[in-house]
Amino acid sequence: MTMATGTNGTATNGGSHGVVGTRTIRPDGVDKVTGRARFGADYNLAGQLVGRVLRSPHPHARIVSIDTSRAEALPGVKAVITRDDFGDQPSEFIPAGEMMMNYKDVVRNVMAREKALYEGHAVAAVAATSVAIAKQALKLIEVKYEVLPHVIDVVEAMRPDAPLLHDDLFTVGVEPKPEKPSNVAKKVEIVQGDIEAGFAKADVIIEREFKTAPVHQGYIEPHAALGTVSEDGTAELWTTTQGHYIVRAHCARLLGLDMGKLRVTATEIGGGFGGKTVVYLEPLALALSRKAKRPVKMVMSREEVFKASGPTSGATVRVKLGSTKSGHFVAAYAELKYQAGAFQGSPVQPGVFCAFAPYDIENVKVTGYDVVSNRPKVAAYRAPGAPISEFAVESVVDELAKKLRLDPIDLRMQNAAREGVKAAYGPKFGPVGLEETLNAIKKTEHWSTPLQEWQGRGVASGFWFNIGGETSVSLTVNEDGTISLMAGTPDIGGLRASLTAVVADELGVPYDKVRPIIGDTGSLGFNFLTGGSRSAFSGSMAIVEAAKQIKADLCARAAKLWECKPEQVEFSGGYVKPLGALGDKAKPMSIADFAKASGKTGGPIGGVGRINAQGAGPSFGTHLVDLEVDPETGRVTILRYTVAQDAGKALHPSYVEGQYQGGAVQGIGWALNEEYIYGADGKLQNAGFLDYRMPVASDVPMIDAIVVEVANPKHPYGVRGVGETPIIPPLGAIANAMEQATGIRFTELPMSPPRVLKALKEKGVPTKV
Amino acid sequence: MAKHHIATTVNGDNVEFLCETEDTLLDVLRDTLNLTGSKEGCGSGDCGACSVTLDGRLVCSCLVLGCEVGGRKIETIEGMARGAALHPLQERFLEQAALQCGICTPGFLVASKNLLERNPNPSETEIRYWLAGNLCRCTGYDKIISAVKDAAAVMRKG
Repeated sequence: MTMATGTNGTATNGGSHGVVGTRTIRPDGVDKVTGRARFGADYNLAGQLVGRVLRSPHPHARIVSIDTSRAEALPGVKAVITRDDFGDQPSEFIPAGEMMMNYKDVVRNVMAREKALYEGHAVAAVAATSVAIAKQALKLIEVKYEVLPHVIDVVEAMRPDAPLLHDDLFTVGVEPKPEKPSNVAKKVEIVQGDIEAGFAKADVIIEREFKTAPVHQGYIEPHAALGTVSEDGTAELWTTTQGHYIVRAHCARLLGLDMGKLRVTATEIGGGFGGKTVVYLEPLALALSRKAKRPVKMVMSREEVFKASGPTSGATVRVKLGSTKSGHFVAAYAELKYQAGAFQGSPVQPGVFCAFAPYDIENVKVTGYDVVSNRPKVAAYRAPGAPISEFAVESVVDELAKKLRLDPIDLRMQNAAREGVKAAYGPKFGPVGLEETLNAIKKTEHWSTPLQEWQGRGVASGFWFNIGGETSVSLTVNEDGTISLMAGTPDIGGLRASLTAVVADELGVPYDKVRPIIGDTGSLGFNFLTGGSRSAFSGSMAIVEAAKQIKADLCARAAKLWECKPEQVEFSGGYVKPLGALGDKAKPMSIADFAKASGKTGGPIGGVGRINAQGAGPSFGTHLVDLEVDPETGRVTILRYTVAQDAGKALHPSYVEGQYQGGAVQGIGWALNEEYIYGADGKLQNAGFLDYRMPVASDVPMIDAIVVEVANPKHPYGVRGVGETPIIPPLGAIANAMEQATGIRFTELPMSPPRVLKALKEKGVPTKV
Repeated sequence: MAKHHIATTVNGDNVEFLCETEDTLLDVLRDTLNLTGSKEGCGSGDCGACSVTLDGRLVCSCLVLGCEVGGRKIETIEGMARGAALHPLQERFLEQAALQCGICTPGFLVASKNLLERNPNPSETEIRYWLAGNLCRCTGYDKIISAVKDAAAVMRKG
């Protein structure tokens, strides 16, 4: 294990060797600090129209009729679309990030068909020559609704008498197949060993129920799309997305277009965190453009982002953990009920898989339910599903440590997943770094500093699988020997810097002679989306393949030039070098030398990496937090925070640290403040950044980041995905620190001032508010 | 109603534009003057992505009307670098990886520059409170705070 500590590393433009692991300046950086970088809403086309969406004011209503005639008659309105403009789709499941979705639901989520299923559900859309006309046109669309009873809470939605969202939804995963439809879409279960026998061996059993609120990904850039469809059926789309190939697939399907005729460009993306893995505006912009025969630009307002794009699930979770007196976990059970929103497809499965994954437990059973209710359909959010179940488990582990009078780090260490341990969800772990992160935290000065009254310290660990998947890149050697790198996974937080470093090292060229771009869907083979912490992992593997082709090609060209056998030449340090006696006759040739002479040696030089990346290494992390509770107001202040996580190998340490720090602060928001607040009317009451309170700079301290490196043996550089694990431990770590500060075990998120005050009052602490 | 005809100064250049009464300064900058460096994250003054200065005062351009800015002096992210040289804040943001997706970066830079013009040696707490009106969802603020602090030190040395 090696450790690179410190958060204030300064960037360099590294030489041609050993660029990987250094803090280079990102190639797309200057454009982003000068305002030049073009994000979703920054693209415009001549003659474009403004697109706007009419959204349901009701959380649940049958759409009896939609009359668009008055809107269509308004001067300046060029197209109006409704459910009638999209053909129905058969039930067919497709992967969406780490989750699944169904085309039957996708078409209904982008445009309501039989029913509006949540407040903000799209019902119609218009394209007009100005914003003012588009807004006026929305008012002229007459929708007749038959308002139906709604259900928001997941437990209420599971009751037999709950209002039913879909009359064709029968719970999958239960035997016998239910006779009646319900809001429970799916039951998933994993079983390892025998929990009954396991709990019988336990000296201590802790069982508790937890509740978490739905939270939004909170990217600062709203969804935006600019689409244009020509008379011959060719189409082009610019959109802010984590996966433009996925957008192409969905749009082509929903609009009946040939995939090859639809070219999608991923603009610079202003945050996604999983929320930009699905389509909302894109099919609407294209459908409007097809009708209006002009380009159509659509941008969501912040209110629309909150009401109509995916938050992640709120949930109810029950955890039961049994241990011997000496702290050996003998049995574990959890039951997870996750909100899916209006359509099935919550991240309950990853929640089930991850719940106990950090621990080596013989007897495990986890049951999960995917439950629909009248809320926006959830989308992936950073380690989808895992923060919720692991929050509950880490809280119980902490309580167990207290009960057994054991150090919470030692207890985790004693039961930690390590190489050779079989996870309850199936695979056997290879080398993993949980113990290393626990050790790293224990060694910090932070761990042993004294605390004052009303202060608490908490620790928690987290696990995420990470994924690989289909990835294409191309490397082109330009005529002057510079390199063009084209990747097809949107760069959401420094990907181009990491991949450029790999190209520099693979080809032995200076970092600043490599220019990376994110290619559009017409320029490169298929790429699965940026998500699952896969893009640096898979992209660097694909680059190694592409570079291999270039090196082999150049060696073959040299052998031809020098009239020798291929084994008499080798590629190293950016040069093809003659070996042995040949060295006296021939001079080493650089990539630039070949580039100049490409016409005489075999034509253009380049390589393409097309892989289905396997061997993603799981990433474990452990977080340590100090906080202080103000007993008079219930406000919680985070005093100090340390993250330790296994990166396998940090391609660019600054951006790895950035993932740790950013994930930690998103987790702090989830733990302390963020939540979707609904009224009894089923309407969202805090659809704006003032009332949906994400952490601001003055809410948080510096976040110390410790990059642990336990190499992933299945990656050429040892890389593990790093982006998702950091959001998992904060929830449990903060709840554990709260317990130490107040003596109260908080089981409901967020631990916002009103909830903390209520708990303190119940405990008899005098409060001011 | 006829559009308003406004003459003003943006990044030292004299500009004229026509706008509707309800058009915000942000609308004018982005849609009329094609200065898309200022971003709209919320349209309600809560995220700071549209930060600009108006006669030296830091404002959210989504909360200012276009027809209010006649004869004023507007500075945006596009005016921050002078010629080929980046502003020390821009340099430190790059060197210290103080951005991930970059959508909030223009707003943070404009706000930070305004802070350092008022207070060349701010404490960490002063930086955090000054920047509390700018939301960043990617970085956890750590590297942004460090970059501003270090840029201030560079600028104090001249």
